Amino acid sequence: MNILQVDNLKTYFYTQHDIVKAVNDISFKIKDNTVFGLVGESGSGKTLTVLSILRLVPEPGKIMGGQILFDGRDLLAMDEEYLRSVRGSRITMVFQEPSSAFNPVFTIGYQIAEAILAHQKIGEGKARESAMEYLKKVRISDPKKIFYDYPHQLSGGTKQRAMIAMALVNKPELLIMDEPTTALDVTIQAEILDLLKEIIELEKLSILFISHDFGIIAKMCDEVGVMHGGKIVEMGSAHNILTSPKEEYTISLLESVKALA
Amino acid sequence: MIVKLNGVKKSFPIERGYLKTASGVVNAVDGVSLEIEKAETFGLVGESGCGKTTLGKLILGILKPDAGSIEVGTKKIQVIFQDPQASLDPKMRVYDIVAEGLVLQSSAVRRGGLNLPYGKIAKGQVEEMLDLVKLPKGALNKYPHQFSGGERQRIAIARAVLTDPEFIVCDEPVSSLDVTVQLQILRLLKDVQKKFSITYLFISHDLRVVRFMSDRIAVMKEGKIVEEGPTQKIYSKPDHDYTKLLLDSILNI
Repeated sequence: MNILQVDNLKTYFYTQHDIVKAVNDISFKIKDNTVFGLVGESGSGKTLTVLSILRLVPEPGKIMGGQILFDGRDLLAMDEEYLRSVRGSRITMVFQEPSSAFNPVFTIGYQIAEAILAHQKIGEGKARESAMEYLKKVRISDPKKIFYDYPHQLSGGTKQRAMIAMALVNKPELLIMDEPTTALDVTIQAEILDLLKEIIELEKLSILFISHDFGIIAKMCDEVGVMHGGKIVEMGSAHNILTSPKEEYTISLLESVKALA
Repeated sequence: MIVKLNGVKKSFPIERGYLKTASGVVNAVDGVSLEIEKAETFGLVGESGCGKTTLGKLILGILKPDAGSIEVGTKKIQVIFQDPQASLDPKMRVYDIVAEGLVLQSSAVRRGGLNLPYGKIAKGQVEEMLDLVKLPKGALNKYPHQFSGGERQRIAIARAVLTDPEFIVCDEPVSSLDVTVQLQILRLLKDVQKKFSITYLFISHDLRVVRFMSDRIAVMKEGKIVEEGPTQKIYSKPDHDYTKLLLDSILNI
């Protein structure tokens, strides 16, 4: 089964003079319990694909066509109420910058519990317990302390762990990660990726993973789509794309990576 | 040898509250000694907050060390920063940006009695330099926002190289660029170095980039250099545990 199926998605930006086709007719499927990677350079349309799936495209952008099937329903046809029940619950997100994704004036524990209370019918005490449990799950070294800390008191790596905990608490059917380790140092990045790998195995997650880094894609993903200029220029198993790319763009991208490796 | 550092220290106070009372110090650079040879690329690698940029600023003379000595054997120093968006004045045309260093230099010369007709000289030289960094002639009259990140970094390189420097501090010059563009810029830096035999201090957090560029590498952690040696040696036989950890963190495809 496919947890997500995107067909002919088009997201355009209308400026005064012309139309920018940020997402230009792309289609892909994410199978249950797999990690699908979107890789490409900045401006290739990766993040706008994510925002389109969540129906959060900023003005003056508009989704101009296509369908996004999640659990058999077209997200593009649903109303705001339905989308609210999906976002943060059945589809959750981990963004690049954990410091801007958290609210600076509430504690970490409060924010995670809030996410639980927004979508589950349980009491506050239970929500707090659950939040604590997930902070342990992402192996934060002192969860009791971190629970009562504010975001600015944590290091980037710990913040991103807490963000991952928050994305997991509602047991999402699809987890979207947009460059989750790009803001981190390489050693921390390696730790977080190892942790994610473990959790993906354990919880059998389905993931849409966005990155510009082929090294990360190689480590994390089962299937990969290569984006360029709003289109997916090549798609296939991670192994095939990385070892025998067919498209010229993919080849040149991989050559640049290898020249530095 | 063009740069020599001996036991260099620099700390910053941690200030708290409205009155900014000092409540402690951060030892950003904590007893660093190193030597950079002429025409080599000396790589300085480490994670964020380890003191790389502070060390670069000390060598440039932007910061003064608290202790230790810094000898730089030339006055012809330049710098290339990480983010060309921030380091190029948005209200100046490319010609003015690139020529400014030269103009300032020659007016200093003029004050000393040598009246150089710098305007005309500069124009030809600027064009030549843009050609060298592979920007079209039409770039001369455009503004920074009209260029891509990679092109902007080429402008920054042209500006740095035009003043005929012997030593350039490159502080994360490709960190804000896509990987394909990174490679182009790194190759350009290498070409320029060969042509004018320039010495580089190459600061980066990215071990792949540092390896590609450097003859020798120093690994920095918490203000100290934990290991230093020829690139080949650091990557094949690292001694220090931290260097090993950094190398293990590289993701290859």
